[in-house]
Amino acid sequence: MINTWRKLFSKHESIRAYTLLSPALILVILAMASPLLLMVLTSFHTQVSMMEIDSTLTLDRYADFFSRPVYSTLLFRSIKISFLVTLVTLLTTYPLAYYIAFYVKKNKMLWIVLMTLPFWTSYLLRVFSWRVILGHKGVINSALMFSGAIDEPLSFLIYSQTAVVLTLAHAWAAFAILPLYVSLDKIDKSLLEASYDLGCSKFQTFWRVTFPLSLPGVIGAILIIFIPTVGDYVTPQLVGGTDGRMLSNMIQSLFGRANNFPLGAASAVLMLLSVSFVALVVTYITKKVSLRMS
Amino acid sequence: MYKKNNTLLLYSIIYFAFLYIPVMLLPIFSFNDAIHMVFPLKGFTFKWYDQMIHSSRLHKALMNSIKVGLVASVFSTFIALLAAKAFTRYKVRFHQLSYGAILLPFVIPEIIIAVALIVIWTGMGFQLGLVPVTISHILFCTPFCLLILISRMEGFDKNLEEAAMDLGENAWGTFWRVTFPLVLPAVIASLLLSFVISFDEFILAFFLSSSDQTLPMYMWGQMRFPKKLPHVLALGAVIIVVTSLLVIISYWLRNLGNPSGKKSKIGGI
Amino acid sequence: MDDKNFIKINNLSKNFDDVVAVDNVNINIGKGEFFSLLGPSGCGKTTLLRILAGFEYPSEGSVSIDGSDVTDIPANLRPTNMVFQNYAIFPHINVKRNIEFGLRKEKISAEEVNQRVSEALKMVKLEGYENRFSNQLSGGQRQRVALARALVKRPKVLLLDEPLGALDKKLREEMQIELRNLQRSVGITFVFVTHDQEEAMTMSDRVAVMNQGKILQVSPPRELYDFPVNLFVGDFIGDINLLNSEISNIDGKNVKVLINGIGEYTIQAHTIINQNDTIVTGIRPKSINISSNDNKKSDIQVKGKITNTSFYGNLTYVYVSIEGVDKALMLSTAESLQGLSINSDCYLNINLKDIRVIKKNDP
Repeated sequence: MINTWRKLFSKHESIRAYTLLSPALILVILAMASPLLLMVLTSFHTQVSMMEIDSTLTLDRYADFFSRPVYSTLLFRSIKISFLVTLVTLLTTYPLAYYIAFYVKKNKMLWIVLMTLPFWTSYLLRVFSWRVILGHKGVINSALMFSGAIDEPLSFLIYSQTAVVLTLAHAWAAFAILPLYVSLDKIDKSLLEASYDLGCSKFQTFWRVTFPLSLPGVIGAILIIFIPTVGDYVTPQLVGGTDGRMLSNMIQSLFGRANNFPLGAASAVLMLLSVSFVALVVTYITKKVSLRMS
Repeated sequence: MYKKNNTLLLYSIIYFAFLYIPVMLLPIFSFNDAIHMVFPLKGFTFKWYDQMIHSSRLHKALMNSIKVGLVASVFSTFIALLAAKAFTRYKVRFHQLSYGAILLPFVIPEIIIAVALIVIWTGMGFQLGLVPVTISHILFCTPFCLLILISRMEGFDKNLEEAAMDLGENAWGTFWRVTFPLVLPAVIASLLLSFVISFDEFILAFFLSSSDQTLPMYMWGQMRFPKKLPHVLALGAVIIVVTSLLVIISYWLRNLGNPSGKKSKIGGI
Repeated sequence: MDDKNFIKINNLSKNFDDVVAVDNVNINIGKGEFFSLLGPSGCGKTTLLRILAGFEYPSEGSVSIDGSDVTDIPANLRPTNMVFQNYAIFPHINVKRNIEFGLRKEKISAEEVNQRVSEALKMVKLEGYENRFSNQLSGGQRQRVALARALVKRPKVLLLDEPLGALDKKLREEMQIELRNLQRSVGITFVFVTHDQEEAMTMSDRVAVMNQGKILQVSPPRELYDFPVNLFVGDFIGDINLLNSEISNIDGKNVKVLINGIGEYTIQAHTIINQNDTIVTGIRPKSINISSNDNKKSDIQVKGKITNTSFYGNLTYVYVSIEGVDKALMLSTAESLQGLSINSDCYLNINLKDIRVIKKNDP
């Protein structure tokens, strides 16, 4: 018996592979897939009272979601903010990644380490530091008042969607720098030389060679920033105010004080669906664009 | 061709400042002798650190975070080590699918995982607490560990393991005499980084822990009270310094004795 | 079991999904033989070697070594050792510990381990390199470590996977001789995989030519060169002029062929030719004699025009176009080409015994 097993084990790669993969797959199935499925199921239930849930299947929670404007407003706002964060992060980090990939000769690793180090330090503290920078009695206001530039604190700095976008663009920078740098660094330098040799200017070379070749990194950065930030909770809570409130804050209260698990689950499902949809569209479009470019 | 570009260099330096100044403010104000974080600075003091050291709730939260972090980092590194071996050494049917599934927690908004876990955990009639927090942290850390370990495993030659088999070692002996010594730096790096991730993680802990606070939850609780703010700054400064050190060590380890000779990309992460 | 059948490979096949990497191979390898597997990349030679080593298991068929069936035996329990293409020297331990790596499983004293390691180091001329690490060694030295590490185990069969491929030309030629001498002195059976026909020809007792998973011919090098069994082997081993031809008549081994542009001749075939076979005739460059006049005596004499020459030091290659033959004939000569230059007319002399009738289809 043991021998037959051993023989199977040594002869079949896939048996060995799946034995090694099983802990990870079990973890994903038990701690992610089944909870998500149950969450989807719950979104078709009804909260009757504090402790009681009616498990008759109904679409009412989704009807609730779309009949009350606040929910869809928050969903669209979350998507809009994430979109802006992704855009701002990409635009601000691309030149940096480009500089490290093409101009930094010595100590490239040091640059990369320094650029990604802040990412590892507590997310909460980084967001919190923006709160103290932008706040009414915060660093900027106090510095400006001390220098005499203003008499009253600037109130538009904090508790706005702009503050949320700024804070998130700072918090997620490392996730854009790395994929962009990796895809730019991979580009064969002789391709660029070939482009100059064929008469392209620096600008044309960038648009016709460098940028298309860095698209995998751009897609990677878009997906890795856009998807998680749609569900961000800490930033809107600390610097968003009412104007910057996002869907996650609503979901949290539905699972907390409001105690409406089914509606909370429905909101989470809709959030997941919309990010998946956007992610698919982004991948599709960029693939089309890169095909046309090549 | 690419000799110098001062515009880009200047931009990089400005961006660098944008990246670091907000983080640096916390340690600076943690030594400031004032309740509010406002300029001008008042004077140098250690009293916030003193206050921090003597907070018993903080101690409890710290111990909780360390416990969760240790368990999560050991489990996720172990699970990821096995998976990394499978992905790099064998032809796995449904390779892309399994790989994607294991990496998925890395991109799904944490709040969705948190909410889904609340639903299943309370649905099964269990009390929320550090156990579901730890499980969610293992789930969340495993993709990071997997990326670190896979890049190391890919960096060294498959033939080395075959050579060991060929010289008479069985699978177990091959693992301990060849594979493990070669991936050891990455294993330690993976332990350190997953510990840091778990230690700093807020959302999952906030949703799943109920009354047992972890350190980020403790800080969250204190942030609302202006009077408690300075000692959150002190705590934050300590956390920033310690985690940065751990991360730098892990980066260094990942490049140490890289068998392929070339510097490993931290491209995965 | 006898010495001729030290390794027996029976009806061996290996499929990877839909791809047939090794296709019904039957080979017997003798004890102490230097046996080469030769073929273009992707022909299945490395897969066959890895099956011998125990890294891959065959889909069908069996392998036995020294009388015992090893088909299901994993690599670590086989009496074979391997020298890898990239040498696979463990980077985390030094040369000495690399060489003694495989001895741990053999129950021998520390003293004997040391003795065997120093013997092995001496054999590959690496005394004094015990404490070096892989990254402190040159390609050639790494290869010696890999050899010592395998030979110290005293295997029944040593498997070598293109071990000279990564070395530069000069070192490669030196190592060819050294490897051959080493094999003679230790008397271990070597199975050597290469895509370099010169390498296979100079070192081996016998060579198996493989293509698309099949063994086409197993012969000593000389025979392989002189009597290729089919077009692939003839073309793969050395240079050859191939002429389109048709069979007119077959009388036992004597085949009457019509060689396009040259004429109809009766040639003795070395393989069995059937009436419905499609064939070409082949002539090695060294078997064609060139002269400026028609004085020389030979079975066939044709007139042509020199189109090109290339000088290779000890030999000169001459390309001669002949009316009615679509490709210029290539010939090699060690003599100086007095009175002959590009565009001058010349005469080619060929003897019938140097012409081969070669089947286009597989045997």
